[in-house]
Amino acid sequence: MKPILELRGLSKSFGGLKVIEDLDLVVGAGQIVHDDDPVVSQKDVVDDLDLSISPGEIVSVIGPNGAGKTTLFNLITGIYEPDRGDILMDGRSIVGLSPEQIANLGVARTFQTLRLFLNMTVKENVMAAAYGDSQARIWQSVFRTPAARREERQIAEMAERKLAFFGKRLMGYRWDQPAYSLSYANRRRLEIARAMATNPRLLMLDEPAAGMNPAETHEITELIGELRDEVGFSILVIEHDMHVVEGISDRVIALDHGVKIAEGSFEDVATSPQVIEAYLGYGAADRK
Amino acid sequence: MSQIGVDQWVEQSDERRQDYQGWTAPARRLFDKLAPGGRLALFLLVAAAYPFFVRGSDVRVGITILLLAMVALGLNVVVGWAGLLDLGYVAFYGFGAYFYAIVASNQLPAHWPTWIAIPVIVAASALLGALLSLPSRRLVGDYLAIMTLFFAQVFVELVRNFERLPFVSDDLNLTGGPNGIPGVFPWELFGFSFNTFHRNYYLALAFVGLLIIGLHNLNDSRTGRAWRALREDTLAAEHMTTPVNRLKMLAFAVGAGIAGLTGTLFAAVQVGVFPNNFNLFFLITMYAAVILGGSGSIPGVVLGAIAIAYTPELLRDPGKAGWLFYIGLVVLLVVVVRRWERIAATVGGVIVFGFIVRVVASGIWDEATMGEANDTFISRLIDDWVLVLGAQSDVITNYAFVLAVVGMLTVVVASGWWKIAALIPTIYLAVLVWENKLAFQPSITRQLLFGGVLVVMMAVRPQGLLGTKRVEII
Repeated sequence: MKPILELRGLSKSFGGLKVIEDLDLVVGAGQIVHDDDPVVSQKDVVDDLDLSISPGEIVSVIGPNGAGKTTLFNLITGIYEPDRGDILMDGRSIVGLSPEQIANLGVARTFQTLRLFLNMTVKENVMAAAYGDSQARIWQSVFRTPAARREERQIAEMAERKLAFFGKRLMGYRWDQPAYSLSYANRRRLEIARAMATNPRLLMLDEPAAGMNPAETHEITELIGELRDEVGFSILVIEHDMHVVEGISDRVIALDHGVKIAEGSFEDVATSPQVIEAYLGYGAADRK
Repeated sequence: MSQIGVDQWVEQSDERRQDYQGWTAPARRLFDKLAPGGRLALFLLVAAAYPFFVRGSDVRVGITILLLAMVALGLNVVVGWAGLLDLGYVAFYGFGAYFYAIVASNQLPAHWPTWIAIPVIVAASALLGALLSLPSRRLVGDYLAIMTLFFAQVFVELVRNFERLPFVSDDLNLTGGPNGIPGVFPWELFGFSFNTFHRNYYLALAFVGLLIIGLHNLNDSRTGRAWRALREDTLAAEHMTTPVNRLKMLAFAVGAGIAGLTGTLFAAVQVGVFPNNFNLFFLITMYAAVILGGSGSIPGVVLGAIAIAYTPELLRDPGKAGWLFYIGLVVLLVVVVRRWERIAATVGGVIVFGFIVRVVASGIWDEATMGEANDTFISRLIDDWVLVLGAQSDVITNYAFVLAVVGMLTVVVASGWWKIAALIPTIYLAVLVWENKLAFQPSITRQLLFGGVLVVMMAVRPQGLLGTKRVEII
């Protein structure tokens, strides 16, 4: 089976500043790839294939500030178009599609700088993400036809299920409260619930543990594991907290100045001289 | 102190919920108990009874209110829900009105029956709205406002100048130019002619009711949620599978369709259309209704339309306008001072100040109290307190007006007892100006008071009468 998402020689620069350079990345799904799989034999694809693809893989992207992590997310979700290279979703190129089309193909994301619909209720935030999966025409909604009613009920139930994923934190009276009344940690949870509601196969989390206390960080680490185990998402996550990265990652990718400098298991990447150098400066790896 | 966990805290939240406080609490609890359907039924009942209790000319006022409510409900879709600052909205209203006037008058040889004209005009208005959204779909906020304002101006200029159609025909007079189109026919459905104010009133009321129901349903649907989502955060909405451009176009089209429908009714009720009906003043009136009532709230917008359309009528009568002026003064006093002992001190101070001024002024100059009081209850009541000038009234009140404005600015800047000290002469001057000038100059007074009412309203409740407070970024 083919990987869910595949990047080939991806490059992006802003006004002379190279942000992403020749980046290859495969995020897999389905089952272990056999050697005769056409994708594996491609030269562009990253080397360590037996690691890269397993059912519902969790890949972490790390790197110092300005390494191009969020740009990578923005390229995949269609905010930017790459200068060179290709982004394949299920083997089909998604370069040039709008964010909405890419979302409909099954890529959902959260934002580093929380972008909730602040003046809508908690439940509505999640329900709004079901637009692409619902059909009711505008006149059906105006007249509330039986079909529209049924669909509306389904959307509401779906939203309740997604919110129930976070225990009681987003339940009960919180459903009808505006999103701006939520605490920071709950807003991060609501962003994840909203992303889940687009019915994705690939979930992209941009710093899900940022601004959380240790207990909440621990909780979110477990939650990401649950998302994979129970719902079966493939997950691409940007994270600075190395405890989270260590706790969840099947594979870690380190970026620096848009170039992939290391890839592999957490231990491999964490001990890689290039990664230590990127974080601590030239020569740091030797002094250790 | 016992400790409880997060989940327990959430579970007990209902018990901790605050009940309504203060004297409005019973009314607000009752309002909460009425389902949206109940509130609508109550509104329709009161509105349907209205013509039975008022004079014929007031039914005309009722129609004006209902038409403003209709067009404001449409504007609310574009501005309140989709968050698109569309200043060209008045053009769709004018388009519907002119389209109806052209096909239902003696302007052209062809007369369309109402049941054909209305659907065609609504569809054409919606299409025009969708088309005009095309060049502006990448614009938001101020830029969109400028672009759409241009459309509004173009429309008025077009109808003003399309008296003759060059290249088509020299005899054909399409829009009537600056003279407009007189003699528009009333609506006629199934042989029933809507040729009286009463009939048109109920027709408009029926449309308002249907619009409220339809828009309420729409607001609670995937389309309504998508509109609000793109208002809140367009980029995030796009990432959550919302086709942003298509929904913006849809919002423009729905709003324009409603405006076009209202326009046809307006043309029929007014028995004519004129370019000045669709100028910027009406645009501002529509926006005032939406913003005053509470942008995004259906009952709020209807209430806003009632307030905006009815207040100028109320101010036509100097007696009623006087009441409004003095009530407004008291409300302002309470809002500005807040503490009751200071309010009492201010009121006492104003009374004493008035008598001192009177004694001093009449001692210096005989004419100072020689004027005749206005023929209203309040004016007669305070005739022996305030100066009613016999001569030079205009010049002196002009100076008093300027001083009153300076006093108001001082009140805003000052604090504590200095504020009270500034308030006392300011209030006295305001009353002086009112009794000597504004009370019998309704045209100026209406606009001043109207503006004052709006300013006070927006200062007290920036989210509008029934709107919910919105936050930008926390």
